[in-house]
Amino acid sequence: MSLAGNLFRSSIGRKFVMAVTGLILVGFVIGHLVGNLQIFQHPDHINGYAAFLHQLGPLLWVARIILLVSVGLHIWAATVLALENKRARTGNGPNSAKQWIRATLASRLVRWTGYIVLAFVLYHLAQFTLGITGTAQFKENLPHYTMVDEYRIAGFPVVKAGAEVLDVHSMVILGFQNPVISLFYIIAVGLLSFHLLHGVDSFFQTIGWRSAKWSGALHKIVLLFCVAYFVGNLIIPGSVLLGAKGLREGFKAPAAPAAIRR
Amino acid sequence: MVAEKFSKKLFSVTLRVWRQAGPAAPGRFTDYPAANVNPDMSFLELLDVVNDGLTIKGEEPIAFAHDCREGICGTCSCTINGKPHGPGRGIATCQLYMRSFRDGDVIVVEPFRARPFPVVKDLVTDRAAFDKIMQAGGFITVRTGAAPDANAIPVPKQDADLAMDAAACIGCGACVAACKNASAMLFVAAKVSQLGLFPQGQPERDQRVLGMVGTMDAMGFGNCTNQYECSAACPKTITHDFIARMNRDYLKASFRSAFKPASSSTGGGAG
Repeated sequence: MSLAGNLFRSSIGRKFVMAVTGLILVGFVIGHLVGNLQIFQHPDHINGYAAFLHQLGPLLWVARIILLVSVGLHIWAATVLALENKRARTGNGPNSAKQWIRATLASRLVRWTGYIVLAFVLYHLAQFTLGITGTAQFKENLPHYTMVDEYRIAGFPVVKAGAEVLDVHSMVILGFQNPVISLFYIIAVGLLSFHLLHGVDSFFQTIGWRSAKWSGALHKIVLLFCVAYFVGNLIIPGSVLLGAKGLREGFKAPAAPAAIRR
Repeated sequence: MVAEKFSKKLFSVTLRVWRQAGPAAPGRFTDYPAANVNPDMSFLELLDVVNDGLTIKGEEPIAFAHDCREGICGTCSCTINGKPHGPGRGIATCQLYMRSFRDGDVIVVEPFRARPFPVVKDLVTDRAAFDKIMQAGGFITVRTGAAPDANAIPVPKQDADLAMDAAACIGCGACVAACKNASAMLFVAAKVSQLGLFPQGQPERDQRVLGMVGTMDAMGFGNCTNQYECSAACPKTITHDFIARMNRDYLKASFRSAFKPASSSTGGGAG
């Protein structure tokens, strides 16, 4: 078989596709979280950051396409592998109650956590990227934010002071003031962390970088990463929900405040 | 508890055995009560005793695969209470003793369940799919003739030890039966690693892993989901580290075969 054949048609090749796309997505969620944690700084930060991302224009679309292709391939590989796995086990008598010996709970639930994470990602995009749900609080429908200071990345000024930008800061806080939405976010990122507990560990095995010599350390590092990732995500809706993080000073609700409260 | 564990008292169990007359026949579980079970009997000896009783009654004895009965041939193959080779770690079915069970236990006995291992009869499965995988690369090509001098080709001790760990595989198929996906990756990984660790295995290293994995897939075995049930059920406790090694070997071989320069010569001597 050709290289493409080996990667897309063989068992190990498809697992490799799954691992590499998973790695890309893990890289994304880490960057996404670090970016989002700027919400705890002055509103200039997250709003400037969001404006910077939109300024990227075609580059933003390159990143989006890489992510969409990664998600697509990750789901494709999971589906094809799972169907083959099911087939390999059927047609030779009943599958009597299998006695699990050591498979972790995270590994046994990885498909189900995957489904919920997919549903969450679709909702998250609908809410904060497309404005299909929570439209009244969507960034396009909120008054623009005027940058107090310039926003810098690695020392480079990327958004000027006084620039009129979308008010992502207020959109996020208004969204998370709804306890149902906040709780859904918390549960979903919890399940995503649980998904990664199996996924990140599996990445090393599939690539061939895991061995007994350091698998104990690897497992602890992965656990630590997943807990840190969960806590990082938890504190954004959590602090809004508990009232510790409120709307910025000077935020004026648009003309119909009733619509904002939903 | 200790006294009870090593009790010599005879006890009774019920064997719930999968009976299937032939490959195409429907199968079902049938209960066989067994009294006066000696805790020092092996599990296969109990099957022998039950079969004696069935033969005397004129019934068809339970067909089960067995050969050496000392855990080195890989012939015996039963899933006992949902676990290949039954309770216990690092043992084959033939090394399972009745002292692992208690009075009144119902013991569920099935063949190894996997589509590539069709049931021949009762508890006997056809594991020829493993032979097909071996034929696709589970060998090294050597010049035959007089035995070569010992240690003519140096092998690092660590590699030799690791290769021996992989070579402990008896090809029983418990890894496949333990896997919820009926994946044969532990078996294939053990064979690929055993030969790939030796200098003698290097010339065919890439084509071996590509060939064996390709045949494994073609035989209808499932894919690894990194849950490591295989190595936990392995009677030789072969580690799933070998699966990681095989994955690495396979990916390297795939990239190498795509980019390695090939001679355009048509071959054939000094021409």
